[in-house]
Order: sequence, then C-alpha cells, then structure tokens
Amino acid sequence: MSNEPVKARPVEELDSVVIRFVGDSGDGMQLTGTEFSKAVAKAGHGFTTHPDYPSEIRAPTGTLYGVSGYQIQYSTGRVFTSGDAPDVLVAMNPAALKTNLPDVKHGGILIVNSSAFTPGNLEKAKYASNPLTDGSLQGHRLYAIDISTLTANALTDSGLGKKEVGMCKNYFSLGLMMCLYSRPVDKEITDIEKKFAKKPKVAAANITALRAGYAYAEATEMFAVSYQMRESTPVPGKYRSITGNTASALGFVAASEISGVPLFIGSYPITPATEILQELSNLKHYNVTSFQAEDEIAGICSTIGASYGGALALTTTSGPGLALKTEALGLAAILEIPMVIVDVQRAGPCTGIPTKTEQSDLLQALYGRNGECPIPVIAANSPSDCFDAALEAFRIAVKYMTPVILLTEGGIGQAAEPWLIPDVASLPKMEVKYRTDPNGFQPYARDGNLARAWVRPGTPGMEHRLGGLEKDALTGNISSEPLNHQIMCETRAAKVAGIARDFPPSKVEGPAKGDLLVIGWGSTYGSIAQAWQKASTAGKSVAFVHLRHLNPLPSDLGDIISRYKKVLVPETNLGQLSKLLRERYLVDVVQLNKIQGKPLKVTEIYDRILELC
Amino acid sequence: MMTDMTVATPVQALTKKDFESGLDVRWCPGCGDYAVLSQITKLMPKLGIPRENFAFVSGIGCSSRFPYYVQTYGLHTIHGRALAIATGLKISRPDLSVWVVTGDGDALAIGGNHFIHAVRRNIGLKVILLNNRIYGLTKGQYSPTSELGKKTKTSPLGNIDQPFSPVALALGAGATFAARCIDGDQAMMAAILERAAKHEGTAFVEILQNCVVFNDGAFDALSDKATRDDTRLVMEHGKPLIFGKERNKGIRLSGMDMEVVTIGENGVTEADILVHNENAAHSGLAFSLGQFESPDFPVPFGVFRDVDKPSYESLSQQLSESARAAKGRGDLQRLLNSGETWTIK
Ligand code: SF4
Repeated sequence: MSNEPVKARPVEELDSVVIRFVGDSGDGMQLTGTEFSKAVAKAGHGFTTHPDYPSEIRAPTGTLYGVSGYQIQYSTGRVFTSGDAPDVLVAMNPAALKTNLPDVKHGGILIVNSSAFTPGNLEKAKYASNPLTDGSLQGHRLYAIDISTLTANALTDSGLGKKEVGMCKNYFSLGLMMCLYSRPVDKEITDIEKKFAKKPKVAAANITALRAGYAYAEATEMFAVSYQMRESTPVPGKYRSITGNTASALGFVAASEISGVPLFIGSYPITPATEILQELSNLKHYNVTSFQAEDEIAGICSTIGASYGGALALTTTSGPGLALKTEALGLAAILEIPMVIVDVQRAGPCTGIPTKTEQSDLLQALYGRNGECPIPVIAANSPSDCFDAALEAFRIAVKYMTPVILLTEGGIGQAAEPWLIPDVASLPKMEVKYRTDPNGFQPYARDGNLARAWVRPGTPGMEHRLGGLEKDALTGNISSEPLNHQIMCETRAAKVAGIARDFPPSKVEGPAKGDLLVIGWGSTYGSIAQAWQKASTAGKSVAFVHLRHLNPLPSDLGDIISRYKKVLVPETNLGQLSKLLRERYLVDVVQLNKIQGKPLKVTEIYDRILELC
Repeated sequence: MMTDMTVATPVQALTKKDFESGLDVRWCPGCGDYAVLSQITKLMPKLGIPRENFAFVSGIGCSSRFPYYVQTYGLHTIHGRALAIATGLKISRPDLSVWVVTGDGDALAIGGNHFIHAVRRNIGLKVILLNNRIYGLTKGQYSPTSELGKKTKTSPLGNIDQPFSPVALALGAGATFAARCIDGDQAMMAAILERAAKHEGTAFVEILQNCVVFNDGAFDALSDKATRDDTRLVMEHGKPLIFGKERNKGIRLSGMDMEVVTIGENGVTEADILVHNENAAHSGLAFSLGQFESPDFPVPFGVFRDVDKPSYESLSQQLSESARAAKGRGDLQRLLNSGETWTIK
C-alpha cells in the first residue's frame, strides 16, 4: 500500500446495481453479501437478495458444484427482484468464476481473487488455461486482486493461525466493496465487535481485514471510478431486513398474539423450510409450543392433534414432505379443523434440487389427495409478504374451520428484503370462538359460512367423536348413506368455494381492458411487476394481476380475463396455473415457463410481452 | 346419542354407564375387545378426572373403533398415526388424559415409527395395544406379531417374518411403563390399567386379545385355567419369578441369559430365582423377560417396568416457563421490531 495521499477519484452515480458474491461455501461469501446488504439498507435503499447455495453442506473446495453465492440488487426505489444479470461479480476462485460468468452482464465488472487461481484450482474448475491471463475475459472489466495474500499481509501480527487468517478474506472483500460503492465502515466495525465479542482476537483481525480491503480499494489505481447510489426517498418509518421464512414465523406469532390463542408448530426439518421451525423454537416466551416430529407425517399429525386441542396449529414442509402429508391432509379436511400447512417449494420431482427454487407444487397443493378433498390454497409473493400471507392463512383456517395450504418458495423463504415494520394495532383482527354451549350442539351443524363449531376437549357436556370415516351431515356419527355422502362432499366443496366472498376486488395494474393481461402468483411478482412497468412505459396495452388466492380463485377473475385479447402466465414450472385457468375460464392462456431452479428474469417476461402485444 | 349428555356431571357421581356412548358396538360377538372396553369404562369414573377431560385417539383397525364407544372426546383417525396425533394433543393440552387404543398392525407395522418415538419421548399417553397377532379388519393377513410359520391369507405357506414382542420393542425404545395382560383375566387387566392411568409419561399396556374370527384360540394356552399356570409367568414387584402349577419353576440368571429352572432339582433353591424389580434403572432384564416366548419360556404377565422420568409435556412446559423467566413474556411489537433494523426519517 502506498503512503501517498489518496487522489480523489471521480464518482459515478447509479440508479440500481446488481452484485453477486461467489465462492466456496467456506469462503464466507454469504456473510459478505449479507453484511453488504445491511450497509445498503442503512442508506435507505431498497434491495432484494437471493442466496444460492449447493445442496452439499461442505462440498470439496474448489469444485464447480461446491460454489455458493449471494446476489443483491439495490436501487433508489423499490426493488422487486434480486436482479436478472449481475453488473458486478465478486469471485473467490476459478470454479466460482466459471459457473457464474455466463450470467454477468456484457461489460460487467469482475472482481476476482487471483490468489486462488492456482494450477490445482484451475484444474478442478476444468479451465485449460488461466482465464485471468489468457484474454478470455476481455468482454468484461476484470480486476484481478491478490485478496488472500493482501489479507494475510494485513494480518501478520494478528496472532491467528493460517487457517483463521484465510477466513478473514471475506471481510477484506467486504471492505473493498464498501469503498468502491461509497459506504462507510464504522457501523460494520461495531457489528464485528458485537458479533465476535467472545473472540476478541478474531474480531480485531476481521476489523483489520475490513479496513485493509477498504484502504486497498481507496489507494489502488486499478479502479478508475467509485460508485454512489443516487439518494433514495423511501417511505419514512422503521425498517428491518427480513427473509420470507422469518416473516412467515412472525406472521404466525402475530396470529397467535392477536387472537390470544396458543400457537403450535409440529414439523420435521426440510430444506428450504426449516428456518420457520427454528425461528418458532426460539420464541417460547411467546405463546408458542414447538415440536420437532420424527417424520413429515408426524409433523402434520401432531398439528392435527394440537388443532383438535384448540391451538392455532401449523406444520411446515417442502414438496416431498407435502407428498408425505397427503393422507393426513385428507383427515384434517374431513375433520374440518383449522390449521396451516406451509410448503416452501423447491425444485422437484422427488428430492429434486433441494436448494433451488420452483413453483411446481401448485397442483399438488390443489389436488394431491384421495377423494374429493378441497383445501384452500394461498401464496406469498415476496419475503415480507409472507407475514401477511401467514395471517391470512390462519384467518381463513379459523373462520372456515379448514386446513389451509400456504405456498411460498425457496427463493422467497431464504431471500431478504426491507420491510416497513407494521404497527401491531394496524394488523387485521382475528377472532377465535370455541363453542362451549352444549344446548342443541351437533358436531357438524354449520354457520352461515358453512363452518362447523370448534369445540375444545375439556368443555363439559359436549363430549363427541370425530373421525376420518364419512359422517352424518349433522351428528357427525359414522354414515355411509349414499345421499349423505353426496351432501357432505358438496358441502365441503361449497364451503371452500365460499371463501372467495371475503376477497376484496382483484387489483389490476394497468388499463381495465386491452391487448394483454399478465397473471402471476408467488415469487414471480417482482419480475412481472418490473416487466409490466417497462412495457407500460413503452406504451404497450398491458395489465397485470397477481393472485394471492389460488383456491378458491377470486370471483372477479373470469370477468377481468374477458376484457383482454390475450393472457400470459409466467411461472417457474411447466404451466400449472395455466392449466388451472384454462380449465376454469376456458381461456387460451399463453404460457411462459422456466424450470431451471432460478427465478424468471424481468427481461424474459418483458420480451414475451413484446411478442404478444 | 347426545341427548342425555348435555349437562356436565359432577365427577363423584359418575359411573361406568356415564362413560358408555350408547352407540352399537360393532365388534364380532365374542371378540376380546369387549372385555377391554368394559374394564376401561369401569376404571374411568374411579380416576377422579372429569369426563370432559378424557380424550381417546385411535387409528385404523378393529381396536381403533374404540373411541366411538366411550362417552368422552374422541378422534378416530388414520392408519398408524394415532400416536402422532395424540402427541400433538397431549403436548398442547397437558391437562387432558389422553388415551390411545391401537392394534398390532396399527402401532407396530404402519405406525411403528410413531410408536418408538412416542415411547422414547415419554409423552404422557396411555397406550393400549390390543394384540391379536393378525389383521382383523382386512380379514386375516399376518401382522408384525404373528408367529413364525403361521399360515394366513397372505402367508399360505407359512409366515417367514420374525415377530415383534410389543413389550420388548417398547422397552427397547425406553418405555418408563410397560405391562402385559390378557383379555380373559379381568382382575389383572383392571389392576394394570389403573396403574397405567396414574403413570406420568408413556404408559404402555399390551393386551393379548383373542380374535374369534381370524385367529381364534391364539392365546388359549395362556387363558385356560388348566394350562395357564404352566404357560405364563405372573410377575410381581419384589417377588421371585416363580410359576407353574406346583409353584416350583422359576427364572434364573445364567451369564447374560435367563433360564427356566426347577426349584428342588439340581440343587436349585428359591434363593437362586431372580427377584422381579419393576423399578430397575436399566431395562435390560425387563427386556429379556419381554422376549420370552412359548413353548421354551413362560409368557410373562404384569408390569415389566415402572420408573419415574419427567414426561415430555412437563419438560416442554418448563422450557416455556424458563424462556419467559429469562426473556420476559414476549411482546409482539418488540418481536417485529427486532433483528437488523434502521429508521428512515
Ligand atoms: S375381526 Fe377379530 S378383532 Fe376384529 S372385531 Fe372381529 S373378533 Fe374382534
């Protein structure tokens, strides 16, 4: 490092940038990414992040399949997605560069840890020659920096071993990026002190590495400019960064606190849903009981037991787990007891690609049961939206005495975005009534919403039996009467269909009629919203509707669809919502499907919109 | 069925009749399940628990019809899952007395996983397993407790599955209370059920139950007054394990094995006979007893093991209490405001 005074560099102003940090699982790029997004958040910028990690917990170092990544898009305004193509790639080894390079924008910035480009690592990444020197990266702005050595040099006096020193390079990279993107490091330093309070030596080393990275970026002549985001004008208030799985967990606690009813979670760990169980296990000082079941089936069955006992009960899972819960879902439906089943979807079929996101369980959620077994299905469309979706799921469950499936996705559950923290007083009310009056009680008598009464065991004079056998439409006693069965099947269907009466009119963005209507559900929200915005600005007659409720569908949807010449449905599956809309509305839906374990890009949707109108 | 049940009845005034639902019982005439129903409904008013605080949970099988016949809260669920469902109920409602009535197929085949885990966790459930060593409801296929060589509709050439001993399985999973009795011995069943009802944690009771239709006579040798003294071993806590019409046969430890010896022969005296201890810290000897099979050994009846260990639900409650003591009762707004926050002015 030179001691000459640092020459002020020109600053380039940005409206939005997409940065991806990639390396071995052990390189700590998830941490670099998270810490970088914190710094961005504090400046009031909108952001969305997307962690992307391999299924192997500790894949061998340097391998192509062991690469782990973290992408953030941040901007002056609201950010809907973690971004299509990175403007900047920070790559810690050859394998990380190789697997991510195809995604980077043409002419994008590559910040590469050149120390890791050893013959061994190049071979593991299947590079025939060193890309840093063979000219193959000429289409990009390459900054090859000897990050490992620079970090080690900065830490010669740290008293740490070689391995620990090696681990500090993530803070070196963070410092470097913070300088390049004009973020101050003081808050980060306090955070490191707090985080490593029990290991002062490590704390000191990380701070030194952070500062060294910052100083290096400041001093080096390599970078011609620094970047600064134009100032943001977000809605004032208190914000937090939140992932979808945390937001779901908080939504469930909120449902319990608002209704005054204890919360029970019975779940079996499964990627990418496990964090909900973890979060709730740590909130026992609320009215929360958590139970880690022996398998997926016990997860939902314990939930049924807890619901029968009067709790707000939920179970969490992902696709293969939902498959295992199928029979018990039927039991919950025929018992007509309230509960929520969260499916944080992942790439299938079978074990599929557990750490990659997909929207391919919609039809499973809607139909994957024996017999006529309607269950309401709703979906969250962004990380923070999981909070509202969780509340809505319990609202429906309790009001209609029914299990409700809440679909989120790996790409939502584990991604983070800023959340304007709501005031508890502003949250929707939720009233839970148990029936305690034995006079005239019949277990399957129904109210105006076709919901039967919730009776907790322990209520005197109301002892009764429920079960999975078809039951008399009033007394609930076993019945295999032909006509009674038809009445029960139709009543269960009518009850679920009737939930649509509660829905507010669907929100249509764009013209009330026109050439094209884009319909989406779940995590595609951000990409569709941005693509729609772009197309509208370009003067296209295009509108879009995003569905919260998949069963029942909103009752005004058919009418809305009829006002457009064409309908486009982008999904990360092979056309599951499309199938549903075709069947329901006899409309010739145009599909846009991507099934690569990755979110749909704004440009992919935008290009399709342009083709259609 | 509900007509006369609309008013809470004071506990003291309850009788066996109050616990009968009045629904037509649909077991085959002569089925061993009747005796169990009768003993349980007889026991319930004696326990001092308000009727509304009982819940019976079952899965699928002949035995799983049970909840319909008792005038309490009841759930007749799906095959094999009764224990998982009852687990959720008991954890969230420790105030209830939760009973699971199950069978050898329901608990040990399709529900085997839930069985070992409920027992291992020591959840406060009363688990009554009616073991008829056959599938009754599906009309006669071998079950996980059917003996080797048994010919059934799906084992026409003889069963080659090694059978489970339900008691040994429960003990292997760490049961804190495990007992066995037989449908024909009402007095013993009554005594064991009462102890099970009062046990904290999982109380497991295997009841050998005659299926008159598909496995009639399976336990004749154990019930017949003429033979039973020689074929069964009635265990009593603190007493030597002696059996036989002449009360001259006993169980003796031999290395890591147990053997049947005759008192008065080969120098064997009563002092050589193993003394039964229900409260032994290790369940090894109880486990060995649980594996005894005819004809080489007498079939043990009574309580194999009865030890005190905190129940899962009491530990779960303690966790919540200490979390509240340490962090204070949770406040929703504070929770929403936690994590990495920043304020935009
Ligand atoms: S089939 Fe056997 S077990 Fe089932 S009710 Fe009849 S006798 Fe009892």
